[in-house]
Amino acid sequence: MSRAATTASESRSLHRFANPARFLRAADAVYPWALAGLVVSLGIGLFLALFASPPDYQQGDTVRIMYVHVPSAWMALFVYASMAAGSASYLIWRHPLGVITAKAAAPVGAAFTFLALATGSLWGKPMWGTWWVWDARLTSVLILFFLYLGYIALMNAFENAERGQKAASLLCLVGVINLPIIKFSVDWWNTLHQPASVSRIGTPAIHESMLWPLGLMALAFTLYFIVVLILRTKSEMLNARLRALGVADLGGR
Amino acid sequence: MEALLAFLDMGGYAAFVWPCFGLAAAVMIYLFVASRRELKAREARLEALRAASPRRRSGAAQREAAS
Repeated sequence: MSRAATTASESRSLHRFANPARFLRAADAVYPWALAGLVVSLGIGLFLALFASPPDYQQGDTVRIMYVHVPSAWMALFVYASMAAGSASYLIWRHPLGVITAKAAAPVGAAFTFLALATGSLWGKPMWGTWWVWDARLTSVLILFFLYLGYIALMNAFENAERGQKAASLLCLVGVINLPIIKFSVDWWNTLHQPASVSRIGTPAIHESMLWPLGLMALAFTLYFIVVLILRTKSEMLNARLRALGVADLGGR
Repeated sequence: MEALLAFLDMGGYAAFVWPCFGLAAAVMIYLFVASRRELKAREARLEALRAASPRRRSGAAQREAAS
């Protein structure tokens, strides 16, 4: 394709963000705003979550665990869906940025999934009377955690970086089947984990005084993802440049 | 003081609520700091390579200007 044709098709579609130089400019412009928004939303969110919101009439103060648990679980799914989009754009259109951002996002997604599992456990002990149960929701989220770990391991398992990228991207796409299973597990299998109370048809089933801290914490976690994704994506790009120069990477993974 | 103790007690659930927030803070701060440190290390390494080799520096400068 000629240079002019490339530019024209790029400017018409989302594909223009697959241009690394353009991505870097956008990322550098977004970064300070995302960081500032993170600090503000996290500050207000934590204040509401810990001080200003009431204890639940059944759960008491353990309801405050939900302000970390629910956004973590949402992000665990959102990050995986983003990685799948990146992996697809890499496998289908050969966009290198797709796999670079997916690779950069994986540890963030794994961290959120770990937090969803661990904070759920800390809530389950006093409220359900058990740290863990092989409930459909819990089990499918545990599988998501292993998918993240498998993706990271596969990415770094090959001497040839491109083979690792292809294998890991394929695993990421296959694992997408787990996302609807997680989402609908609470409806399909009537076990212990409660069904959705925010993202359902009609109005949310929780009071405003609890919806605000939840929403702000969810915003803060989303901005945290953007901030760390920018840092890690830039780092991956530099690593690729270092590799191209034939220099061994001393920066670690 | 009384109010502070009541707050820290979390209605008797302190042993579950505080580890939850502490763990989330620890994991998220660690990941942010580690990611940032890795980026800075790679930037410094690339910069050192440029400084060490004038030929590479001009090449890198051209690439920088082009991007």
